[in-house]
Amino acid sequence: MSTLREPTRGTRLVLAFPVGMLAVFFLVPFAIMLATSFYHRIEGGFYTPAFELDSWRRLLQPVFIERTLFSIGICLLAGAVCIAVAFPFTYFLTRMRRRPHVTLLVLILSALALSEVIVGFAWSVLLGRAAGLSNVLVWLGLMGEPRAYQPSFLAVLVGLCYIAFPYCVLTLYPQLTRLDPELTEAAQTMGASPWKTFWTVVVPIGRPIILAGFLLAFVFTLGSYLIPAFLGRPEHWTLSVFISDQATFNANVPFAAAMALFLTALSLGVVGLVTWIEGRTRR
Amino acid sequence: MRALKWFLTTLVVLFIVAPLVVVAVVSINENRYMDFPPQGFSLHWYAQLWNDIGWRDAIVTSLIIATASAALAVAVATPMAYVLRAYDIRLAPVLYSLGILPFMLPPVISALGALVFWNATGHSGRIENIVVSHAIFFSTLPLITVSLAMETMDPSLPEAAQTLGAGPRTTFRTITLPLLVPSMITGYAAAFVLSLNEYIIAFMVSRFAVVTLPIKIVNDLRYGFTPTIAAVAVVFIAIATTTFTLFALFGNLLRFLGADPAILERER
Repeated sequence: MSTLREPTRGTRLVLAFPVGMLAVFFLVPFAIMLATSFYHRIEGGFYTPAFELDSWRRLLQPVFIERTLFSIGICLLAGAVCIAVAFPFTYFLTRMRRRPHVTLLVLILSALALSEVIVGFAWSVLLGRAAGLSNVLVWLGLMGEPRAYQPSFLAVLVGLCYIAFPYCVLTLYPQLTRLDPELTEAAQTMGASPWKTFWTVVVPIGRPIILAGFLLAFVFTLGSYLIPAFLGRPEHWTLSVFISDQATFNANVPFAAAMALFLTALSLGVVGLVTWIEGRTRR
Repeated sequence: MRALKWFLTTLVVLFIVAPLVVVAVVSINENRYMDFPPQGFSLHWYAQLWNDIGWRDAIVTSLIIATASAALAVAVATPMAYVLRAYDIRLAPVLYSLGILPFMLPPVISALGALVFWNATGHSGRIENIVVSHAIFFSTLPLITVSLAMETMDPSLPEAAQTLGAGPRTTFRTITLPLLVPSMITGYAAAFVLSLNEYIIAFMVSRFAVVTLPIKIVNDLRYGFTPTIAAVAVVFIAIATTTFTLFALFGNLLRFLGADPAILERER
């Protein structure tokens, strides 16, 4: 709609419902979480109102710092792998004929809609010893004994890439469909090979969306809970798993709250960076 | 370049399909262990989904939560998208960000927020808590689809209605709302599918009192594998693929994903 009308009292009343719902069920929980992070933890799972900095101080402990650095590291790696494959893949995809184009998109969307529970389970079977990749290799006579590839660092990385890849493709897709075909045609008329055109024309134009897609994939994998829990040992757990574990099985809600707020700040920082990049490229 | 294109596309398709194929193979195995190559063929584990009371309850609970929370998500998102796009509201960017935020942040944050919130109300471990928490978390999806529909709507349509004497209310009811229905359905479907699949928020809010399908799968896996889990996975995969295939056949999938309108005119 081009012209925006002046709001009336009725408009504000209509807006009050959604904003009220978001305030009560999203902002209030945040405020409670902030308050809880200062509460006193009682051994055995309860907490009482207090004003203590204990939980926040624990964020400076080596265990937490190690978890944070590990999470950032593995998620950056997963984001980098995904974007490195997703960018050329999406570029090829947008230049395919209608039928393969739509078929591949349906496949990508179906993978995106899958529950992490199912992705984690499917990969644990595929990388397991009973009915997985190694069994196929043994069956084909390429390997002597079946073996398990999970739990391991690589299994977590593969799982994270699996959930982030479709997400990457869909963030790159709208921009890459808008890439003017005349630009690549011009490069090729001037004698550049398709390979050279890709590197000297497509990649430089795509740099901001590559960066934005990479950072969004990073935040997305940072939010994964079941993949590291299913496919990794405790030393491969990311912050999401660590937070849930503290909140439920360790029953230390104040510490979990402090960590969740830290994770919020980290994610908001990255999302802010993405918005800034997008704002700059649009001008 | 051509070789690379085929190599990369094949690799991606294999990567996406491989784990799904393995799960499908495991789900039809006759005995209750994982075997490769599979021993015999049996659909017994699929029947188990409905015959076993534990699985049936989990399916019904998940369907109730998904149906109700997606409806609530659309009810929250539609008025918000409409007012923010049709009226001159000073705080519009802030309010829109507030609507996008729950979904942008790692879900564990919303999950923990919901946990402390429902604990504070003293009303914890109820199914309606999951409905509300899912609705807020997934309201971002209908907010995006309806806002897009508002942006692409032809402004001359509501203007024509008003010139012909319709008041703002009649215009909304007879022109704007019907035009928004497809985007509301898309938003509903997206929220529904994701709610059905969601684990961490449901788990933290349920406090072990409500068992949704993903919670049931994770609980069962703690005690070891059963082919029923593989059967559930196959059903989920089939539902997702069917939904999007139908969408591609009857809806405008490429447009929905943000493709350049020019690409839509390309030969079939």
